[in-house]
Amino acid sequence: MSRLATKFEALAKAGRKALIPFITAGDPHPDFTVSMMHAMVEAGVDVIELGVPFSDPMADGPVIQRASERALAHKMSLRRTLQMAAEFRKTDQQTPVVLMGYLNPIEAMGYEDFANAAQRADIDGVLTVDLPPEEAVECCALLKSRGVDPIFLLAPNSSDERIKMMAAMGSGYIYYVSLKGVTGAGHLNIQDVEAKLQQIKASTSVPIAIGFGVKDAETAKLIAGIGDGAVVGSALISKIEANLDEPERAKDEIIALLTSMRRAMDS
Amino acid sequence: MPDARGHFGPYGGIFVAETLIPPIQELNAAYQRYLADPDFIAEMDADLQHYVGRPSPLYHAERWSRELGGAQIYLKREDLNHTGSHKINNTVGQALLAKRMGKTRIIAETGAGQHGVATATVAARLGLECVVYMGAVDVARQSLNVYRMKLLGATVVAVESGSKTLKDALNEALRDWVTNVDNTFYIIGTVAGPHPYPAMVRDFQAIIGRESKQQCLEQAGRLPDALVACVGGGSNAIGLFYPFIDDSAVKLIGVEAAGDGVATGRHSAPLCAGRPGVLHGNRTYLMSDDDGEIIETHSISAGLDYPGVGPEHAWLKDTGRAEYVNITDNEALEGFHALTRMEGIIPALESSHAMAYTMKLAPTMRQDEIIIVNLSGRGDKDMQTMAKREGIEL
Repeated sequence: MSRLATKFEALAKAGRKALIPFITAGDPHPDFTVSMMHAMVEAGVDVIELGVPFSDPMADGPVIQRASERALAHKMSLRRTLQMAAEFRKTDQQTPVVLMGYLNPIEAMGYEDFANAAQRADIDGVLTVDLPPEEAVECCALLKSRGVDPIFLLAPNSSDERIKMMAAMGSGYIYYVSLKGVTGAGHLNIQDVEAKLQQIKASTSVPIAIGFGVKDAETAKLIAGIGDGAVVGSALISKIEANLDEPERAKDEIIALLTSMRRAMDS
Repeated sequence: MPDARGHFGPYGGIFVAETLIPPIQELNAAYQRYLADPDFIAEMDADLQHYVGRPSPLYHAERWSRELGGAQIYLKREDLNHTGSHKINNTVGQALLAKRMGKTRIIAETGAGQHGVATATVAARLGLECVVYMGAVDVARQSLNVYRMKLLGATVVAVESGSKTLKDALNEALRDWVTNVDNTFYIIGTVAGPHPYPAMVRDFQAIIGRESKQQCLEQAGRLPDALVACVGGGSNAIGLFYPFIDDSAVKLIGVEAAGDGVATGRHSAPLCAGRPGVLHGNRTYLMSDDDGEIIETHSISAGLDYPGVGPEHAWLKDTGRAEYVNITDNEALEGFHALTRMEGIIPALESSHAMAYTMKLAPTMRQDEIIIVNLSGRGDKDMQTMAKREGIEL
C-alpha cells in the first residue's frame, strides 16, 4: 500500500483528519526547506505538499507567486526540489511528500525521466495544477507504475462526470479546491463546501483534502469536520514573507500556527 | 484541425486548473452552436461591415515593389480597421458570443494595447463591464493605448508580477477568470490559450485570408506566391494563412521578433529558437530554459513580446507547411521607415517585422510573382517609442 493510503487509513482508524501544509521549495532560501519539513512533522502534520517553483503560477494568488519568485531567485528548479525531498526522506520514512506544481517543468524533464526521478526521491504523490485528467493519461500511467500517486483537483463547479473521472484516475487523495479563485483567497463558504463534499463522497472513497481559504485554527477545524484533510499554504508562506530577514522566526511562527491548527482539528 | 479536444498534432489541448474546465466547456458548446447559427453569423457580418469597416483593402504597393525590384507587393490593410488593427475582427466575434451567453463582464489581456483597445471598444458598444490586464512595462511604453482604453470606460490593471509584460497579463487575466467564472467572459486576443480559443480566434480572424484571396483573384487574376505576416501569438498570421493552407503552391511565411538577435538570447522567437512545452493552457513552442521555467522575452514591439505562440503555428512549422523566420529590432525599424517613406503608410512596429522580411524576400522573386503582406496594424501607437529611440522629445 502506498504511504499516502497507509496514512489516510491510519488517520481514519484513529478518527483524525490530515493536516497538510504547503510550502514552496527553496523559499525564502534553499537551506530553509528540509529543516522546515522536519519541524512541521514534529508539530504534528500528516502529509507535506512541497511546491515546485514556477515562473508563471497561473492558479496561485500573490503570496505563493512571490514565494516562487524568491525561490527562483536562488536558482531553484524541479530537479533541486526532488533533491530536497530525497534529503528529507533520509531521516523520515513515514511522512508522505507530495509535489505540487505546474506542468512545464515536468515536460522539460520528460515524463519518463520525471517519473523515475520521483521514484528515486521516494515521492508519494504528484499534483500538477494545469494537467487535467484528459491530458494526463500518459503521465499518470508512468507515475502509477512507479508507485507514485497522481493527485487531481476538484472544484466547486465540477460535474458528477468529472468527479467520477478524478476518482478513477487519481489516487492517494483528491484535492478539493474550496472556492472559485486563486490560492490565498478569503471567501470560504463552509455550507457550500459541505454540500459539495457530500456530492463528491457519493462518488468516491478516495480521501478528500480541502484547500484554498484555510488560514487559521478556526477554518482548519471547520474544514476538518467536512473532509479527510485540510491543506494550508498561503497562511504559512505569509509568515515567511513577514520575516524575510529572520527565517528562524518565520519557522517559529509557522510551527505555532500549525500547532494551533492541529489542536483545533483534534479537539 | 483541431480535433475535438483542441489538438493540432501534439500541440494545443486544454491544460488548465480544474475550476476553468466548466467555463471552457460552456464556451466551446456556445461557440460550436453559434458558429452554425445563421442569425449569429449575420449579426457578426453586419458588425464587421458597418462598424469595423470591412472588407479592408488589398493595396498594390507599386512604388515600393518597383524600388525593391522583385515581386509585386500587396498590403492587406488591417491597419484601416476601426481601432487600427486586426484585433477587432476577433473582439467583435467574441463579444457577440459573450452577449448571447448572458455574460455581463468582459476581461482581456493586452501587450501593445491593440487588443485591449479593441476589447474596450466592443465592451463600450455593448454596455458590458470591461477589465483589461496589461503588464506594467507595457503600460509605460504604450501609454496612449492605456488612455484610449480608459476613455472607452475600461479599467486597466497594471500587472506587476513576473516580467510585467504580456505573459504576466495573461496569468492575471486567468486568475481573474477563475475567480469570476460565473459572470465573466475572457476575450483572449491571440490564437493561444486552452481550446477552443486557438481555433475560435483563428476562425474570427480568417476573414483576413478569405478577403485577401478573393481580392487577389480580382486584382491580379491569380493566387499569390507568398504570404508574409508577423507572429507574436500569431493571430494576424493565422488569419491570413488559414484560407490558403490547402493551396500548397502558396508559401506561408511567419516572421518572429528576433529582438537584439536570436544568437543573443534576447528575443521573442519561440518557433525559431524555442522548444515545445506547456503554458497558458496549451502545448506549443515556448521560450523556456532547461528546467522548464519561462524565459523573459525581448522585442521593441510590445505586441510580439510573448514567450509562446499559437499551437497551430507549432503544427504548421513541424509539418513544414509554413516557414518561420525572424527579424531584429533594427531590421524592423528599417521596414517601418521604408513603408512610411515609400508608400505614405506608417505601420505598427509589429507589422514592421513583416515589412522588413518582405524587403529581403521581394528582390529574390520575379516581377510577375506576388507577395501579400499583412499590414496588421497602424503605427500611431508607436510614435512615443519611435521618437524616444531616435532621441526626439515630443
